[in-house]
This record gives sequence, structure tokens and C-alpha cells, in this order.
Amino acid sequence: MSRPVATTERFRHLRASLRLWGETLRALARSPGAVVGGLLFALIVACSLCFEVFYAKDPLAQELMARLTPPFWQEGGSLAYPLGTDNLGRDVLVRILYGSRVSLMVGFASVLVACGSGIVLGLISGYYGGRADNVIMRVADVFMAYPFMLLTISIIAVLGNSIFNLILVLGLSDWVTYARTIRGSVLSIKEKEFVLAARSVGTRNRVILLRHVFPNVLSPILVLGTVRVANIIIWESGLSFLGMGVPPPMPTWGRMLAEGRVYITDAWWLVTLPGLAIMLTILSINLLGDGLRDALDPRLRNIPR
Amino acid sequence: MGRYLLKRLWHTVYVVVGISIISFFFIHLSGDPVMLMLPGDASMAEVETLRQQLGFNDPLYVQYWRFASHAVRGDLGSSLYHRVPAIDLIFERLPASLELAGAAMLIALVVSIPLGIVSAVKRGSLLDMTSMLGALFGLSMPHFWLGIMLILLFSVTLGWLPTSGRGTLAQLVMPSIALGLSLMAMFARLTRSVMLEVLSQDYVRTARAKGLREKIVIGKHALKNALIPLVTVAGMQFGFLIGGTVIIETVFAWPGVGRLVVQAIFSRDYPLVQATVLVLAVIFVVVNLLVDLIYLYLDPQISYLEQK
Repeated sequence: MSRPVATTERFRHLRASLRLWGETLRALARSPGAVVGGLLFALIVACSLCFEVFYAKDPLAQELMARLTPPFWQEGGSLAYPLGTDNLGRDVLVRILYGSRVSLMVGFASVLVACGSGIVLGLISGYYGGRADNVIMRVADVFMAYPFMLLTISIIAVLGNSIFNLILVLGLSDWVTYARTIRGSVLSIKEKEFVLAARSVGTRNRVILLRHVFPNVLSPILVLGTVRVANIIIWESGLSFLGMGVPPPMPTWGRMLAEGRVYITDAWWLVTLPGLAIMLTILSINLLGDGLRDALDPRLRNIPR
Repeated sequence: MGRYLLKRLWHTVYVVVGISIISFFFIHLSGDPVMLMLPGDASMAEVETLRQQLGFNDPLYVQYWRFASHAVRGDLGSSLYHRVPAIDLIFERLPASLELAGAAMLIALVVSIPLGIVSAVKRGSLLDMTSMLGALFGLSMPHFWLGIMLILLFSVTLGWLPTSGRGTLAQLVMPSIALGLSLMAMFARLTRSVMLEVLSQDYVRTARAKGLREKIVIGKHALKNALIPLVTVAGMQFGFLIGGTVIIETVFAWPGVGRLVVQAIFSRDYPLVQATVLVLAVIFVVVNLLVDLIYLYLDPQISYLEQK
């Protein structure tokens, strides 16, 4: 008998959340920072996905005769290598483009791993409470206290570096932030009427969690995920820089910087351009993230930043 | 207050135990250290003897217990590569890392707090907009790349500062800026947003209404309350600094713990890696404990709420 109550309640909430998403998009479109960030990010993603269409070169092909060619606008540069070549005569532009693919893939995949494990643990912790909550949160405390970089470095040192290990390690080191955020949101949502109603008609906990609670904790996850993608990309480049990231010969921004560092006195472009690529990517994500946070947090909406 | 302290201490203890368990098991996943300790042509019998001697045939929990009871007494094992106690190596390098992290934190705080305050007070001004744009760029730069750019500009092109090493103030400048800039950006943004919130509170309006000078309203009434979240974040960022030193020390050949751990990883010196990770994590936990104590002083509400 009371099932319709739970259902209408739920639909009311879903409608409200749809409206919120609509408002969010409109708020995003009104913020110049978010628009610039979004467009820049879309451009970077598009380039990384299909650069072969307009710049089909092999990132590993060596042309020793043309080694350390400067970018085209400098004396000695040529349009055959728009951003110059490295010490082995490999084309810097195509390596940067290829590096963007690696960075974005590792960034997003790690965030998915972190997000996935964090969501599951956060939902369990917040919804069931009790002993499960206690254990998960104590483990979270430990992970929280473990300096992130050291954790990833020590695991990579043990497991060896492969792209799979990297994603796994970066992802699993970062679940805590998600778990805690989600737990907090779940704690407040599980006392709402529509959850109580669903529970009172005997809906199974798993169904309540997935269909009633989860859709309502998506917005903090989205904001957090955006910020973390940026962080993970920076960490990935750092690990690659140290020689603990994606194994060679796959070009990554971090390794390009590490390799270019040896030639810092002769070839400024080798140490400058890959870093610029990282910075632009992170900047675009940060701009988007700032916009998203303001748009999703109505409390902040009226305060100019 | 007493109960809060006890709770906090208990938290510290189990976190340290947890960290030691995690790092112990990770190192154990790495395979057989005996193989690394013996020459390649050692016989199976020799391997077995050494394994027996070192206790690697015991169950894992016995081994962990042995490791933990030694660790409590300050014995974290010996470096396979340097053949000296790991703890000695770490403490030899620790001052350099703390110097770097401290300088980075100092630069970050000294610049960011005034910048954040002025940006909040003069919201929408040119200064506000430039500094927030700058902060956004600062947040988006990987610190090791910033380090390389500083070297390119100040060492290679201008020849003003030395590229590496430790000892003089000139050698400290670039590594600490490289490490501190993103923190500076983060703190400036945080100070600004917290100040904006605090400045809209009733007690600030009251303070202004009773005719206090703006300097006192901002410096005394607003700032003290704005400091609370700032202290928390600064404390939490200490972990970031520890991680950051690992890379920055490599860029600038800074003789600290970060470089030690990177070298240990490449020479597969697992006892040293494990010891370093443990020591750094404990430092991090202790710093967080200290931050909580400062917090207690800054915000009397906390101890009051805990008592209730």
C-alpha cells in the first residue's frame, strides 16, 4: 500500500535533482572561467584522441641527423618538426600529443578506480554504520595519514612499473577522499523520508542504496573527481619523471621532462614544452572544477570568488 | 580537554600501527630479500641457512611482531646497500629535508596570507583578480617542472643561482620556491574565501559598528577565526610537502630523505625504503597531532563540544 508513497517521493527527488543538473549547466555556462576551461579541456581531449588525423607521425621514430632541432620559429628550426626534436631526433610535438593520451588515460582510469572503490566503501560505511563503518573509517584514517606520494612510490617499487600497476596504485591510494565524502552525504540522506519510506515497505537495502541513495550523492563526487583527475595527472607525471611511471618507450610528459633535463643548456624546448602541456591540461581541469563547484554548491553561488 | 587528548593520542597510535602493517606487507610482497643479500652463485643450502637465520621461514605475523618490536626500540633494520642501520642514514638526511619543507611552508604562508587577506578585503580589485589568476596558474604547475623552469631561467640563462646542492642560502632559494608555490596558491585562495566568509559575520559588523578601526577588525576579529581552517589545511599539506620533497630533491640534487628513498628504490634496498616510509609517515602523523593541539588553542569550541 505504501509503495506509491516511496515511489512518488523518489520521483520528486529525481525531478529535483534533474532540475539541479539543469541549473548547474546553466550556471556553468554563465561562468567565463568554466567556459574557457571546458573548451580548452575539450580541445585537449580531442587532440589526444585523434591527433593522428592531422599529425600522423611515429612518436618513437628517430632521425639522428635532425637531433636537437629547435622549434620552427627559432633559427635552425623547420616546419617538418614544428616543436623541434629531442636528443634522438624524435618529434617533440607528436610525443607531447601522445603523452597527453597516456596522461589523460591514467588520470581518468585512476579516478575511476578510486571513485569506484571509494563509492562502494563510502556507501557501506555511511548506510550500514556500526562495525563496518568503524573498520572502514579506521582503515581510511591510516591511508589518510600515509603520505600519498610515498605510498604510491613504495607500492610501485614493489610491484614494478606498468601502466596497469600505475592506474591501480594511484587509484587505490586515493579512495579515502571519496569514501569520506560519500559517507558524509549518505549519513544525511539516509534519514530523508523517501529512504525511510522505502525501508518501511521492506525494500532490500541493496536496492535502496543503489536506486535511492546513490543518485543523490553524485554531485559531490563529480566535483571531487574533477579536482582529483588534475592531481593524479600531476602525480603521474611526477612518477614518470622519477622513472617510476609508465615504462619506456611509451612517451609521457614526465619522462620527456626527465630526459630533456640533461640537455637543459642546449635545448630549452625539451624541458619547457612538455611541462607547458601539463600546465594547460591541469589549468583547464581546475577552471572547470572551480566552475562546477560553484555551480553545484548553491551556498557559494552568490558569493563572487 | 583530557578526553579529547586521549582520543587523539589513541588515534595516533593505531594510525602508526596501521602504517607499519601496510609498509611491512608491501615490502613482503616484493619477494625474497635473501636473494638480494647473497651473491648470485650462492647455493640453495646457503640461501636456506640465511633464511633460517634471519627468520624468514617464520609465519608472517611472527615476522611482523619481530619487526614491530624492533621498530619500537628504534631498530628499523639495516640498509642492504649501505650496510649500516637504516635509521642512521635517515636521521643523517632528515635535517636537509625538514629545512627544505620548512622553507617552502614559510614562503608559502608569508606570501599567501597577506595576499589572501588583501584580496578578500579589496574584493574585485585588480590586485584581487591578478593574484587569484596567479594562484590558479600556481596550482596548475607541477612543482618539479617549476623547479626546472627556475633552473632554466636563474641558473642557465641568468647565471644568478646555483643549480644544485645544499649549504648556502642561495642554494635553498629555488628548491623551496618550487616546492612552496602550489601551497602558496592554495593558501591564498583559501585565506581569501575564508576571510570573505568571516567578514560577512555578525560579530565583524558589530566590531565595525562600535567604531573599531578597520585594521583591528580585520587583524584581530576576522583573522583569528580565519586562521582555524588555514592551520588545518597547512597541517594536512605537510604530507604533500613530504611527497613533494621526493621529486624536488631529485631535481636539485638536494641531499635529503626524498633522494635517499628514490635511490633506495632503484637499488632495491627494501629495508631502507620501508624504514624511510615509516619514519616519514610517523613524522606526518605527529605533525597532524600538533596541528590538532594548535587547533584546540585557536578554537575553544572544540574542547567544549568534546566534553558535552
